[in-house]
Amino acid sequence: MLRFIVRRLLQAIPTLLILSILVFAWLRALPGGPAGAMLGDKATPEKIANLNHILGLDQPIYLQYIKFLGRVLTGDFGNSLVSTQPVVQEVLDFLPATIELSFAALFIAVGLGIPLGYLAARFRGGIIDNLTIVVTLVGVAVPVFFLGYLLQNNLAEPLGLPSQGRLTTGLDATDITGFAILDGILTQEWDAVWDAIRHLILPAITLATIPLAVITRITRASVLDVMNEDFIRTAQSKGLAEQTIRGRHVLRNALLPVATTIGLQTGLLLGGAVLTERVFTFRGLGFLLAEGIERKDYPRRQALILLGALVYVLVNMLVDVSYGLIDPRVRVR
Amino acid sequence: MNTLLNKKKEPIDKLAATAGGGRSLAAEAIRRMARSPVAIIGAVITALFVLLAIFAPLLAPKDPFDRALQDQVQLGRGIIPGSMPGYPLGVDDFGRDFLSRLLVGAQQTLLVGVVATLIGVSVGMIIGVLAGAFGGWVDTVLMRFVDVLLSVPSLLLAISVAALFAKPNQWTVIIAVSIVSVPIFARLLRGAMLAQRDADHVLAATSLGVKRHTVVLRHMLPNSLGPVIVQATLTLATSIIEAAALSFLGLGDPDPSRAEWGLMLGKAARQFLDIRPELAYYPAIAIIIVALGFTLLGESMREALDPKNRR
Repeated sequence: MLRFIVRRLLQAIPTLLILSILVFAWLRALPGGPAGAMLGDKATPEKIANLNHILGLDQPIYLQYIKFLGRVLTGDFGNSLVSTQPVVQEVLDFLPATIELSFAALFIAVGLGIPLGYLAARFRGGIIDNLTIVVTLVGVAVPVFFLGYLLQNNLAEPLGLPSQGRLTTGLDATDITGFAILDGILTQEWDAVWDAIRHLILPAITLATIPLAVITRITRASVLDVMNEDFIRTAQSKGLAEQTIRGRHVLRNALLPVATTIGLQTGLLLGGAVLTERVFTFRGLGFLLAEGIERKDYPRRQALILLGALVYVLVNMLVDVSYGLIDPRVRVR
Repeated sequence: MNTLLNKKKEPIDKLAATAGGGRSLAAEAIRRMARSPVAIIGAVITALFVLLAIFAPLLAPKDPFDRALQDQVQLGRGIIPGSMPGYPLGVDDFGRDFLSRLLVGAQQTLLVGVVATLIGVSVGMIIGVLAGAFGGWVDTVLMRFVDVLLSVPSLLLAISVAALFAKPNQWTVIIAVSIVSVPIFARLLRGAMLAQRDADHVLAATSLGVKRHTVVLRHMLPNSLGPVIVQATLTLATSIIEAAALSFLGLGDPDPSRAEWGLMLGKAARQFLDIRPELAYYPAIAIIIVALGFTLLGESMREALDPKNRR
């Protein structure tokens, strides 16, 4: 098992190297280079040359890349132009919010998607099935941010739910880990826990729609596949109770492909979080990126793009390692 | 090995395996689709959308760029005139007839979707055909690169690419959206090439002494058209939605005269939802219907091509 994990870690290195080269090359390919992009409309050739010298961009390209890599590896991404804080600090401050939101969304998507997909397959051609097909298709076609605004404008008030931010301003909540719910539980400030959960509901529903549609569809297809298998017929003909067949044979086998799909959704969540967090001013990484784009905060954009890729590669690896644990066949392949 | 990446490759590879079916199987697939209500609904929506896009300038009751009622718009006081005689859907924030803009917007939306998809197909085709036809180290290097692109979440990739341009315009949007589909088409075409490498028609051509590039371009590539069309139809839907997301994040074309549904939705959702939410609702509904149409058509084509469903 350890060998498998180490091998998987080593395999991520070339991917990360290629990514870093792509980001580095892209930055150099910008018209006027990074200096021109940073100066924007105020750029004159002299100013660009001056800034190029300050940034070390007049040095040979391989030297620049090595320096770039060195800074990235030591976690130095420069300072944000908006907050003047180190970008890495910003990322660390905002990361818990995104993790919290993603978990909540995944919770909704899995909790609803698997039962729905299962029911649709069991009563194939019935009302639930047809409704599920229509809803999953429409769910994918609706732009995420538009759905967010729809919920915010039409559901927040009638349901008495907050539509902005992570916590009610002025609420006295102790910050220990940055995870609002976890902090509330640790300090036993139950009003803060409840407040954080209420703030999560609408953004989590918004973020959950696409993963929900995908998980439902995959579960349905997977259950249908398994129900046609020979071993199900065998189980039926040897007189096993329907209940046992469904629980032990159908569901268990059908959930394996679903598990992979759930892992795949983390990528969708990262992309969707940018839109969702912007709509609900939910101060996580996605919000940080959206704000960085709007305010033309170049260091923040670069850092977040590279870190986003890094996070995704890490998630990828974690998923692989966990499959190695679930399914021993993965380890030898 | 990489579980998530493999899961992403799975549907692409499955689709690629349907290449080389030839004309009779394509005809059979079309016959099967003609009996499926889902396929018909998708085809009708798509056809109507394309017709609308082509004839939009003729259908538009007013000039979509004429700021006729600009003096009646008072953004500071939150007033954008709604429905009135002559302006059934009201006007936008510049006092332009919204119905006309919506109709003309079909053209721009289709343009963004089609151009982005075409770029994705072309670049993907070059990479995929080179990799599939040559094999060896060319294949290894190209596919390694494709896998890296494929492993990045699509929306994040589009945002990253668009955000790296200093000044957004229509082309940065199109490029950002098309880069997302490049690895998909590359893998699809490589798979289609591999699926046909040992096929009878390729063997026949090769043994007749046909040159290799002719075999690839004249015999293998045309036979890969089915899967490419399926994927392109699905890509059109995602391209339009992704373009809307980029506009929403402020990475869209800043030119205020351009009428494109994603731009209209992105702007209205950010700025005018409190004043007049219809400005967001109409383009949103249009995008949802069109994306749904392309998805239904694409998915039913995919199903019709699936050998599992052949009798």
